[in-house]
Amino acid sequence: MKDFWKRFRYNRGAVIGLVILAIVIATAIAAPFIFPQSPWKMVQRPFLPPFTQGGLPLGTDALGRDVLSGLAHGAYVSLLVGLVSTIVALAIGVPVGAFAGYFVGRTDDALMRFTEFFQTIPSFALAIVLLAIFQPSLTYVIIAIAVVSWPPVARLVRGEVLSLRTREFVEAATLSGLGNVQIILRHILPNALPSIIVLASLMVAQAILLESSLSFLGLGDPNIMSWGYMIGAARTVIRTAWWLSFLPGMAILLTVLALNLIGEGLNDALNPRLTRKSE
Amino acid sequence: MMKPFRIAVAVMAIALAGPLAAQDGEPQAGGTLNVVIQPEPPGLMIGLIQNGPTQMVAGEIYESLLRYDFDLTPHPQLAESWEISEDGKTYTFKLRDGVTFHDGKPFTSDDVKFSMDVFLRESHSRTRTYMEHVESIDTPDPLTVVFHLKQPFGPFIGIFEPGTAPMVPKHIYEGTDFATNPANNTPIGTGPFKFDEWVKGSYIHLVKNENYYIEGKPYVDDVYYHVIPDAASRAVAYETGKVDVLPGGAVENFDVPRIRDMENTCITDKGWEFFGPLSWIWINMNNKPLDDLKVRQAMMHALDREFAKDALWNGLGKVATGPLSSSTRFYAGDTPDISYDPVKAKALLADSSYNGETIRLLGLPYGETWQRWAEAVKQNLTEIGMKVEIVPSDVAGWNQKVSDRDFDLAFTYLYQYGDPALGVSRTYMGNNAAPGSPWNNVSNYQNPETDKMFNEAAEMAKPEDRRAAYKTIQDQIVADVPNLWLLELGLPTIYRCNIKNPVNTALGVNDGFRDVWIDKK
Repeated sequence: MKDFWKRFRYNRGAVIGLVILAIVIATAIAAPFIFPQSPWKMVQRPFLPPFTQGGLPLGTDALGRDVLSGLAHGAYVSLLVGLVSTIVALAIGVPVGAFAGYFVGRTDDALMRFTEFFQTIPSFALAIVLLAIFQPSLTYVIIAIAVVSWPPVARLVRGEVLSLRTREFVEAATLSGLGNVQIILRHILPNALPSIIVLASLMVAQAILLESSLSFLGLGDPNIMSWGYMIGAARTVIRTAWWLSFLPGMAILLTVLALNLIGEGLNDALNPRLTRKSE
Repeated sequence: MMKPFRIAVAVMAIALAGPLAAQDGEPQAGGTLNVVIQPEPPGLMIGLIQNGPTQMVAGEIYESLLRYDFDLTPHPQLAESWEISEDGKTYTFKLRDGVTFHDGKPFTSDDVKFSMDVFLRESHSRTRTYMEHVESIDTPDPLTVVFHLKQPFGPFIGIFEPGTAPMVPKHIYEGTDFATNPANNTPIGTGPFKFDEWVKGSYIHLVKNENYYIEGKPYVDDVYYHVIPDAASRAVAYETGKVDVLPGGAVENFDVPRIRDMENTCITDKGWEFFGPLSWIWINMNNKPLDDLKVRQAMMHALDREFAKDALWNGLGKVATGPLSSSTRFYAGDTPDISYDPVKAKALLADSSYNGETIRLLGLPYGETWQRWAEAVKQNLTEIGMKVEIVPSDVAGWNQKVSDRDFDLAFTYLYQYGDPALGVSRTYMGNNAAPGSPWNNVSNYQNPETDKMFNEAAEMAKPEDRRAAYKTIQDQIVADVPNLWLLELGLPTIYRCNIKNPVNTALGVNDGFRDVWIDKK
């Protein structure tokens, strides 16, 4: 663990990413306490520019809603969607990839053709279709994002499992009479974990972007204040009130950047040999 | 307000300079008018197709017997004078002499009879229902038409505008299949402009009718209607000078302030008096607790409509006071108060049967303005202690949900056609509440008394009697709050200030280009 932290710290960017993410998480947790009022509440006259009115440091939007409050509550939504949809995607992708890689042959063919079926459809288009079919609510947004983002997980896990299944320790486990599922769970997946963790951190970033894009297009949950929604609603007034699109845009940019930096740091820390090679 | 029985005996002279024209300076002839049309109309034969863009273009090609000013007072158009009998059952129109169709054939009383009795009865569903009140039409001579009504029908004098009662040429359509007549592609009317060319997806070109029956009119040489499907591009088309007139609704509300502030740019919200677009929120009274009057009153007083007008509609339009638009005949402003009063709303809600149920609010999927509006309404209702959830939808989904009554609250707006019997009673009549249509009595308002009065008021001969009846009806309906009335929509026409007089009737640019002129200074 100490080594892990040392290697992670070695990557400056990753540390910066971690700090930014910590701030975003803290904001998300603190939002309901700092801004107990709903972010939808119309508190002042519309289109108040930032830093012109005490108590409303970032100004107000088209309906006179507090932009700072919206950003804080939006952080919670973005992180929630990012985390939950990634967990759901892992829950689909990991078993599919593990079974395909471990059992090879027909199982592999069947599972991979199924995965490719999802991969051939552009993921964003598929997410839009799914939300057009279901009602755009937070639950369905998470499901739609998970459904379009599990195939890379499955492919990665399959690759890892394929290379691990012929190792000696797996053969030893087989000889000692362990069942297939036991072997996958106890011996193969733990060794594939580093790659999965790195991928997962990037998937959270991807999911946040997807949610923002969907909300921007008006396919998000209309009852939830998210960053994508804020940009979507402000798009029409970008020529007169640029800060309404700029601020949530920065929030998305920083959060996604932080997650990518962390992913890189994790990669360095968890796969030290790969890192050394690239140096 | 003109006393309608004075009209009945007065014979109006042909007015050479349109009586509606509020002109500044001496009109100059010549020039080209560039207008935006959105969306592209499916056709221009207005007797067959009556959607918005068709009416906007065809209203310059086709004409009706009358023309209406901003107060909906009738003025001569194809009819130079008219008389209404004392019992309100006989309408006699004297037609102008020397009027010809664009193909040179004369326009006579035969064309009027054919249009009203044959063509429109067959192809125009709204006009067909009005014509059910007509027993027969006589044409004693080529310049006289007499309508005999079965019983008095108050709104009748208000239907002679080009979208409702266009005069179509008998010599082209008699005995043919109207819908497939090849002449539909080259519309022939009596109007100030003739059809010239239609390049699909690009523009519609109308040229001046040189033989127009009013000397010197129209002033401009031709009109181009440009088809520009994207709203932002329409705004840019005005900014770059490609078009000079943006009819109401052509650009998004949030673009209006920017364009309005441009140099040499004028804006008017007049020209919608005939349609009187009124927005409101349907309350689904089939659902509890919305059947409770106190809940409905609480919601009505919770809405800050003044704010919505300023923040979302650029201050254009008017806060509605009840079921009638203030431009509709027999509007009564002194109905029970429904203004913004959150304290009263809270008290009413506390006193009602509302118990924290989630209310589903269906927004209108017509773009950003309506989306923001739904959010503002949700917030207004949340602040008096209601739990509201916005239900997203597209246009098809909205139609479906409203038709199936699958909502609690739903935004809408409808036209009133100048008279409560034409555009208002349909929303409140108890027998018009069957699910399946998003345009009828969607709230399911049931009040036998107002039903009876609506029926009687439509058939009263004397306008004073109608006014009294509609006043009682409005008081009653406002007290019952079957809908949450929002705004009389202000749909601004934006144009260059050197284009004079583009909006001069209650139909706005739909039939106003007869009197337009361009100041070339």
